[in-house]
Amino acid sequence: MQSVDGESLRLEGLTVAAGGFRIANLNLEVAAGEYFVLLGPTGAGKTVLLETVAGLHRPLGGRVWLGGEDITAAPPEARRIGFVYQRQALFPHMTVAENVAFGLALRQQPRWKRALPGPGRRARRRASRRPEVAAMLALLRIAHLADRFPAHLSGGERQRVALARALVLRPRLLLLDEPLSALDPQHREALRAELRRLHAELGATVVHVTHDFEEAVALGERVAVLHRGRFEQVGTPEAIFRRPASRFVAEFVGMRNIFAAEAEPGNGRTARLRARGLIAAAVTARRGAVHFAVRPEDIVLARHPLDSSLRNVFQGQVAAVEQRGALAYVTVAVPAPEGEPLPFVAAVTAPSLENLRLRPGETVWLGFKASAVHVF
Amino acid sequence: MMRSRRRFLIFFAAAGALLVAFIAWPLLRTLLASPPAVLWRTWQEGEVRAAILLTFGASAAATGLALLFGIPLAYVLARADFPGKTLVEAVVDIPVVVPHSAAGIALLMVFGRQAFLGKAFALAGIRFVSAVPGIVIAMLFVSLAFLVNAARDGFRAVDVRLEAVARTLGASPWETFWQVTFPLAWRSVLSGVIMMWARGLSEFGAVVILAYHPMVAPVLIFERFESYGLAYARPVASLVILISLGVFLILRWVGRDAKR
Repeated sequence: MQSVDGESLRLEGLTVAAGGFRIANLNLEVAAGEYFVLLGPTGAGKTVLLETVAGLHRPLGGRVWLGGEDITAAPPEARRIGFVYQRQALFPHMTVAENVAFGLALRQQPRWKRALPGPGRRARRRASRRPEVAAMLALLRIAHLADRFPAHLSGGERQRVALARALVLRPRLLLLDEPLSALDPQHREALRAELRRLHAELGATVVHVTHDFEEAVALGERVAVLHRGRFEQVGTPEAIFRRPASRFVAEFVGMRNIFAAEAEPGNGRTARLRARGLIAAAVTARRGAVHFAVRPEDIVLARHPLDSSLRNVFQGQVAAVEQRGALAYVTVAVPAPEGEPLPFVAAVTAPSLENLRLRPGETVWLGFKASAVHVF
Repeated sequence: MMRSRRRFLIFFAAAGALLVAFIAWPLLRTLLASPPAVLWRTWQEGEVRAAILLTFGASAAATGLALLFGIPLAYVLARADFPGKTLVEAVVDIPVVVPHSAAGIALLMVFGRQAFLGKAFALAGIRFVSAVPGIVIAMLFVSLAFLVNAARDGFRAVDVRLEAVARTLGASPWETFWQVTFPLAWRSVLSGVIMMWARGLSEFGAVVILAYHPMVAPVLIFERFESYGLAYARPVASLVILISLGVFLILRWVGRDAKR
């Protein structure tokens, strides 16, 4: 497979107002070949930002640079930027192969023919038999679907077609707008792995928009958190969850207990997650380098050894207690065989905080189910 | 519960059946009143045949004009937001609610012999009063809303994101329209064409004001009824109903067939 050779993207003081969203004076640099994730809640203006980069909205101010070229005024068809929407963006009147061949067919035809429905269709048929199309279908593992129509595909298959259609043109930049959000968990996991693989194999520059922090951590080399049209924080996923720059980022990221680990086979459907030598059980099929997270409200605290129905039970010292409304967040440092203790945060109600008499320095037991561990 | 629902449906169906019979009965009566031999003789009358062909041709010409100008208008109404859009949509619909003889008078005010546009076209040798172009614009005026509205709804049903993706794949706006938008909306456009053409065929009020002559079929029927009575007008009416029904069924079938 030919590589894609992505180029760098630079936004300079970009200001856009479209579809009820406003983005003001945004600056961003994405390196060539980087996998960059734009993270933000619904309504943050993520889609509008991507569409502006693709040339579908005209910015009110600022510039867009692609590989050192100012493309602010270029129409979308001249930018060679691939775009994949969340769903429903395959051409329903074309087969899978014709969808993928759409851009190639346009490139081969004289202008006057491209602007008519009849010759356009014939050229697409011809282009759909070209080797690039077959290679791209094979790369996305959808060669067997070539002659199907989009109405007969699953959500995951459609997204693979949309990716193939964009990648076959060897885009200078690939924009993904919530590409996994409409999928069920099983397909989402598979396609996420696929995106990681494609990025590694092709060397494309990717800007991926999502509202899902797990997705950002799993895919992004760097992450920007977008809120109300501006960046709250830009950095590596680690930096964002370890040192959130604002209260919004901290709350949006939500999951407090996120650790890097090595996943090894365990008993049956479980895996052993090794984090700095500490071993936790989780229900996942993933192996190798992963992250895992446990919600604070899924962690149980006790002054005495916990009953054994919980797969994960550790002993540690209370490091901090932070009261917030009806809940208190208790940070427990669990000693790890290799390196620094792991800080687990557990949420407890105010009355149980009283009962447990938790104060910094006290020894406690904490436990959580294997099924409460999110692996990504 | 199922029982009461069933009774309810039967009651409503009975009410609806009366209405369907109200349409079908007179049409059937008229058709059956003229035996095939009479219809054939009527068709062989030069005056009748000319009127029917003129009606079909003029309506087709009006529909063609509406396609040329109405498709762009429909697309703009479906996609663009601009101040006064509601007003434009209302203007398109107005001819449907204006009495058609009044619409004819209104057209006469602009395309008449003494009117500005009438004079301008006369320089190019095009007359509207008592001439075929007058029939065409009368049909166009009263029936273009059917095509524009159907096409607009068709374009609106095409997801904007499909057009956006086509642009990122290298298609210009013009190419996007012909390769993505139009192929996905053409069924709505076709149904608009059928409705507009059929509506144009049946136009009497506006046509009769602009051009009593040359006579279209509805005017011919009216004239024979006024001058000679029911027995003389009926075969022409039967023939026109028969042909319209036939063409209508064929067009519906073409649209249906292409759906698969």
